[in-house]
Amino acid sequence: MADILRIEHLKKDFGNHSVLRDISFSVNSGDVTAIIGASGSGKSTLLRCINLLETPTGGDILFHDRSILAKGTDIPAYRSKVGMVFQNFNLFENMNVLENCIIAPVKVLKVPRAEATERAMGFLRRVGMADFINARPRQLSGGQKQRAAIARALTIQPEVLLFDEPTSALDPQMVGEVLQVIGDLASEGRTMLIVTHEMAFARDVSNHVIFMENGLICEEGAPAKIFGAPEMDSTRAFLDRFRKG
Amino acid sequence: MKTSLPADFWGRIVFIIQRYGLSYLKGAGTTLVISLVATLIGCIIGFGVGVVQYIPIEKGDRLYKKILLRIAKAVMNIYVEVFRGTPMMVQAMFIYYGASQVLNLRMSMWFAAFFIVSINTGAYMAETVRGGIISIDIGQTEGALAVGMTPVKAMNHVLIPQALRNIMPQIGNNLIINIKDTCVLSVIGTVELFFASKSVAGTYYTYFESMTIAMALYLTMTVAASRLLRLWEKHMDGPANYDLATTDTLAYTSGMLTTPDRQRSR
Ligand SMILES: Nc1ncnc2c1ncn2[C@@H]1O[C@H](COP(=O)(O)OP(=O)(O)O)[C@@H](O)[C@H]1O
Ligand SMILES: [Mg+2]
Repeated sequence: MADILRIEHLKKDFGNHSVLRDISFSVNSGDVTAIIGASGSGKSTLLRCINLLETPTGGDILFHDRSILAKGTDIPAYRSKVGMVFQNFNLFENMNVLENCIIAPVKVLKVPRAEATERAMGFLRRVGMADFINARPRQLSGGQKQRAAIARALTIQPEVLLFDEPTSALDPQMVGEVLQVIGDLASEGRTMLIVTHEMAFARDVSNHVIFMENGLICEEGAPAKIFGAPEMDSTRAFLDRFRKG
Repeated sequence: MKTSLPADFWGRIVFIIQRYGLSYLKGAGTTLVISLVATLIGCIIGFGVGVVQYIPIEKGDRLYKKILLRIAKAVMNIYVEVFRGTPMMVQAMFIYYGASQVLNLRMSMWFAAFFIVSINTGAYMAETVRGGIISIDIGQTEGALAVGMTPVKAMNHVLIPQALRNIMPQIGNNLIINIKDTCVLSVIGTVELFFASKSVAGTYYTYFESMTIAMALYLTMTVAASRLLRLWEKHMDGPANYDLATTDTLAYTSGMLTTPDRQRSR
């Protein structure tokens, strides 16, 4: 019952292409779940289904024991409890950094502007972006954009944060600053699902690792087990490829 | 009076301006007002139609929504095709005389002018707006949905402002076209710049001189319009360089700190 999120036999087809075939797992409050796996294994589709950017074709997603696929679910209200950080940032190009961070609290959650600004400034300071509130997204580096996007996701005070390869679009020298921010959030006890190819980071920040292959969970468990003594051959093969690369 | 018309070109120009400068200015004013207002209304129509045309009809939608959308889209398609596909001069006469003959409605000259130019601009803008929305990266919509916006809020706060910025050059184009094309309204008796110029020309048989003045006035208006729109585009882009908000200035602007004495005493 402490589950925030429970995924039950989730399926997603694109036409006749089964991308998620049968995914089940649950997320407790405070869990940091790392999702790893080869490109095309369905990791992004899984996160997008959880945020209902894709509509699952089968199975169920329970948020606090309530199905979000049930008729009559207030999808925008649900989404405002689940923050999402995208690989390509998706900051609003028509707004500066501060506006990006207060638009949802003000227009969606109806927080007074002054209060939203104060809250946003708090998060922007935490991610080291307080100096850049007047900048438009196109004026920022990739790392700065992603830190601003993380602040934006935090300003709706979500119960769960979803990260879809947050550092994959970044130049190598900017990966560290973003991982640092995400690591800090993890250590505060925030509930997060992180799709990543940064294996050392996944091992350090997560308490649960899911290895996906061809739309299925191939193996899952504590990071020490998955990274130290994986049971499945394909997990080992996948991790070996990373160690060599 | 006619005998006092000077013999040289520039002399005649000065003569016309002295006598009829005011009617030229009035004509130019009418042209400007009609094209500005009609471009604005046309953009609003264009955004309305363009946004509806952009809304996809999805399998999961409720039946009444599907039917309503289908009908709305069909009607709007006809509107766009008819007004893009026929000359504005013919439309002007068709609507103006049609209204009085069929509907027994005597349109005022102003109403007819605004109506015809707006509805024309709207037809052109609709496709432009739809294109402007489609060209926005899908990530912008997803980012908006992900923070909990409804599709309508995403449209209002994220997509429409970006589409507006993207199509500013086309809006400018439409304004310039309207400044020039309001001259066709002379067929329904709108006294805009061309009508005014023609009247003066007819009085003295000074077509060349009259149209020289008209050319200069049209060019002045179109060049001014395009410059102003360029400025507005710059304004929408925000400052080219952002100011670093150092922790201090932030604290002051948000009212959390008052100016320290240290600075005042310096
Ligand atoms: N909208 C879509 N339409 C069709 N196929 C898709 C769509 N989105 C993803 N896919 C396919 O689903 C598979 C899994 O994609 P994705 O979830 O992005 O994998 P990952 O994030 O693990 O790299 C890929 O083969 C991809 O081509
Ligand atoms: Mg992916």
